[in-house]
Amino acid sequence: MIGIIDYGVGNLFSLKSSFSEVGAEAFVSGNPEQLATADRLILPGVGAFGDAANKLRQSGLDRFVLDQAAAGKPLMGICLGMQLLFEDSYEYGHYQGLGLLKGSVVPMEGALPEGLKIPHIGWNSLHKVNPHSKLLANVEEGEFVYFVHSFYASGCDESLAATTEYGLNITAAVEKGNIFGCQFHPEKSGKVGLKILRSFASERR
Amino acid sequence: MITKRIIPCLDVKDGRVVKGVNFQGLQDVSSPVDLGKYYSDNGADELVFYDITASNEGRRLFADILTQVASTIFIPLTVGGGINSLDDFERVLNCGADKVSVNSGAIRNPDLVGAAAKKYGDQCVVLSADIKRVNGEFRVFAKGGREDTGMEAISWIKRCVDNGAGEVVVNSIDTDGVKQGLDLEMLEAVCNAVQVPVIASGGAGSAEDFVKLFSRLPQVDAGLAASVFHFGQVNITELKKQLRQNNIPVRL
Repeated sequence: MIGIIDYGVGNLFSLKSSFSEVGAEAFVSGNPEQLATADRLILPGVGAFGDAANKLRQSGLDRFVLDQAAAGKPLMGICLGMQLLFEDSYEYGHYQGLGLLKGSVVPMEGALPEGLKIPHIGWNSLHKVNPHSKLLANVEEGEFVYFVHSFYASGCDESLAATTEYGLNITAAVEKGNIFGCQFHPEKSGKVGLKILRSFASERR
Repeated sequence: MITKRIIPCLDVKDGRVVKGVNFQGLQDVSSPVDLGKYYSDNGADELVFYDITASNEGRRLFADILTQVASTIFIPLTVGGGINSLDDFERVLNCGADKVSVNSGAIRNPDLVGAAAKKYGDQCVVLSADIKRVNGEFRVFAKGGREDTGMEAISWIKRCVDNGAGEVVVNSIDTDGVKQGLDLEMLEAVCNAVQVPVIASGGAGSAEDFVKLFSRLPQVDAGLAASVFHFGQVNITELKKQLRQNNIPVRL
């Protein structure tokens, strides 16, 4: 059973339906006691980092996520949810993240070569950096997934599982022990996205 | 490398897909859920659903259809038509839409784009503009292309992007339904004015028209069309193969 963490950020309808499409039961909840019964957790998120980090903190779900991660429960962050796994973010200010992964979230503006539009919106190809990634076990080099973002995680350590090229190599997927993350939206990435969600739903350590 | 997107647009009335030629003479095509699924399985990068229903009952029917679509199709979904308030945004986002397209609603209430971008993020707000040449300038038209607003189109688009529109759909009334190619002159003017993704619409009649669009204007991010796809004149997978042969990056 997969618990999708609801902390008031974004629409979780597609995420829930896409898990059901791959035959994995999922529920949406903001209640830590209920979420604790899940054997895997999804940390979703759209919008601004500062806002989301505050909401997570105010609801007390930040502690819950950290405790569950420390206990070894598989956790996957999606889009802004992936960014929250890192140490901090420089999105319109400076905010602390969960610190489960090493690295910082920084703006594309100023980092990309001229002529590239921000946000990075659309289908872009994955370059696998970690050939042993469980999340990407069924994904071929160069397959396409759907991105929408203006900030990206930089300074990743060995957690970096895949990148995508948009003027520079952008962190696309991360994986370290029981911690997983996708900058793109697997629930909006057609068959490739569904393969990734299926891998997360069934990975064994 | 980021790819060019091909986006079929489904106009929905009373639960069925329709497409007008020059915005008149609607013709029934198919079921929105079946057609959406077909496109998603056959290379569409994104889907746009336009609600052209006026009645409350039609609107409820549209919501049901949208919910069905969103639970079976896992590519980005944009919804437009009758979006006049934040409540309308909420209504379609709750049915599973990822982006919301505003047109006449933004003309009536210019604060709508800014308010929606603040609440749901820029990536959620798509400005759709119906544009026609009048006395040598690009004019914004409202109400499905029937009413001249008197506003100059490029400054209108710039203003909406400054307020937070994350993407712009440029629909040329001059070329729409004529199938003689997209309006490159109009599209170039918009691309030169804004930094957000630009989606070209109106006038595609063949795969060559899309090849020409992306070859001549590499700044354009996506091509949107309806009847050429619905009636099978252009098959999306074949179109993408042809684009790739012409060194235009696509997802295949």
